[in-house]
Amino acid sequence: MIRLDALLVALVVASALGVVAAQHQARKLFSALEREQTRAHGLEVEWGQLQLEQSTWAAHGRVEKLARERLGLRPPVQGQVVVLEPQ
Amino acid sequence: MMQKQRTVTFNHNPLLKRELPVWRSRFVLMVLLGCLLVLVGRALFLQGIDNEFLQAKGEMRYARVLEVPATRGRITDRNGDMFAVSTPVRSIWAIPTDVSLEPGEARQLARLLEMDVAELNAKLASGRDFAYLKRQLSPDVAERIAALKLTGIHEQREYRRFYPGGEVTAHMLGFTSVEDRGQEGIELAYEAQLAGQPGSRRVIKDRRGQVVEDVESIRPPRDGEDVVLAMDGKIQYLAYSALRDAMQKYRAKAGAVVVVDVQTGEVLALANAPTFNPNNRANLTGTQLRNRAFTDTFEPGSVMKPFVAALALESGKFKATTKIDTSPGRLTIGSATIGDAHVHGILTVAEVIQKSSNVGTVKMALQFSPDEMWHLLDGLGFGSQLNLGFPGEATGRLRPAKSWRPIEQATMSYGHGISVSLIQLAHAYLAFARDGDLLPLSLTRVDTPKAAPKRIFSPTVAREVRGMLEMAAGPGGTAPQAQVPGYRVAGKTGTAYKIEGGQYVKKYVSSFVGLAPASRPRLVVAVMIDEPNGAHYGGAVAAPVFARIVEGSLRALGVAPDSPITPLQLARKQGAEAATAVRESM
Repeated sequence: MIRLDALLVALVVASALGVVAAQHQARKLFSALEREQTRAHGLEVEWGQLQLEQSTWAAHGRVEKLARERLGLRPPVQGQVVVLEPQ
Repeated sequence: MMQKQRTVTFNHNPLLKRELPVWRSRFVLMVLLGCLLVLVGRALFLQGIDNEFLQAKGEMRYARVLEVPATRGRITDRNGDMFAVSTPVRSIWAIPTDVSLEPGEARQLARLLEMDVAELNAKLASGRDFAYLKRQLSPDVAERIAALKLTGIHEQREYRRFYPGGEVTAHMLGFTSVEDRGQEGIELAYEAQLAGQPGSRRVIKDRRGQVVEDVESIRPPRDGEDVVLAMDGKIQYLAYSALRDAMQKYRAKAGAVVVVDVQTGEVLALANAPTFNPNNRANLTGTQLRNRAFTDTFEPGSVMKPFVAALALESGKFKATTKIDTSPGRLTIGSATIGDAHVHGILTVAEVIQKSSNVGTVKMALQFSPDEMWHLLDGLGFGSQLNLGFPGEATGRLRPAKSWRPIEQATMSYGHGISVSLIQLAHAYLAFARDGDLLPLSLTRVDTPKAAPKRIFSPTVAREVRGMLEMAAGPGGTAPQAQVPGYRVAGKTGTAYKIEGGQYVKKYVSSFVGLAPASRPRLVVAVMIDEPNGAHYGGAVAAPVFARIVEGSLRALGVAPDSPITPLQLARKQGAEAATAVRESM
């Protein structure tokens, strides 16, 4: 009888420790998840800012100005364009 | 012999001898038991029945409700280029009564906030419980302020919207308030779709303030949806820059341009002048904010004439070759006289449109009852909103046919006594471009038309009128300057007097509405310039704007030229010769 009791007590203690360990593990994983989610959000914000920057640099007005002034480009005039019809 | 011991009974105490009444001990026992019962009962009550209060109190010590921010949707053009993006910023606020700054700290804070120490102190001296020190700071500046660890100074996450298109797309997109809610333009029209819905969740935090467990999601955040506009960034820029240059050249008061895709009814570009920079909205005036293409109506003038010609052809009473006598260039109806700018003599219907003869148009119009004309104009969408959801969309004025006097019917045929918005005009011209049917316009990209087209004219009539419009935009017409190398174009000029205080004055609205390429239209472009100086005919002021937009747009869209162009062989020869050729053709 006593042996059975001792066994049960041991089992209870072991399972209690298991619960503690599992809980700890869960919290650790959760905080890792949390960190990653924050990072993902941060990256998304950065992506938005980069898109904004890209659009600013690629604004048509700026591209046209640079093409005309720095590169000396101009639109082709009549006769310089040859249109090829697909056969 | 032992002495008989004296028996001493220590317990022989008279006091002890007195027996206590049993009820007393029982009473004490009962009282104690009663107390215990009360305690157990209270405990049971608190644990089992009335446990909310204490649970809430307990939770307050470890559970927190966190706000989960949601971002506002982005606005892109039809090719996916970003035109409005929200990014997080911080606002710095203070509880003035909690703040006590050392002079050094105040200087540091003021420098980070980019304001004077005096200004900062003034904000902090106000007796309020809450004061914004500065809104919409960049996150890194906010972090440096947070690093100062000043009591009573707090920060708050917010979003700020940026418009990389700047003034080019200002009127199309509109803008948002400091709270990131739509105020104007697309931002307001599509507010429901763009706005995000912040969520909240309950979490458990540990001693160090870190979240250790997610308890429940109270409301999941919903990010705003992106809006894909019908606008084409390239065409929008072309339209804007062509309009801006014309505005400068003619020192005009205002102007607007609308470009519509003929196949789908999509609005590819919409520009207004004067404009504003949506990223810096200090010192804005009402004139800058006005989206004239949508909200302003004007008397369109001669751009209405082709509709009368179409009605005339449709009825069978006229053919394109029917001759109309417009001499002596004047026509008297009742007490009023209508005149032409030049005396043309006998013109065909096609020539009436080409030369833009008021007398010829009126003679055609008076063959119809007011009802017939009203039905035509109503069917073309004049006098009713386009229902694009755009804020402040104008209705225009088309009075019921019953109230028309003959002189009014006559003036309406050449675009006076009726008022329309530029976008309505562009829409109505779709009927000519689409072989007689009309599509609803769309500000967002559509891959298949939303509604079935509505038939207005028969395809033959639409093509015939298109031919007349091509003549008007050609040599001998009113707008040879609308011509574009490589493409056939068609269109009609309008030069209308403005009304001030009920009187026509010597101020003009010059307009041009046209389509290109004329053989198989792809674009409808409507241009309006308000009060140009130096020249005022639509053919001189508005038509070149049309030409510039069409030339660039058709190239951007990859539309094959439909006008025979003599290939310039020089382009393949040496550079010097090519350069001369270029100079000549310019």
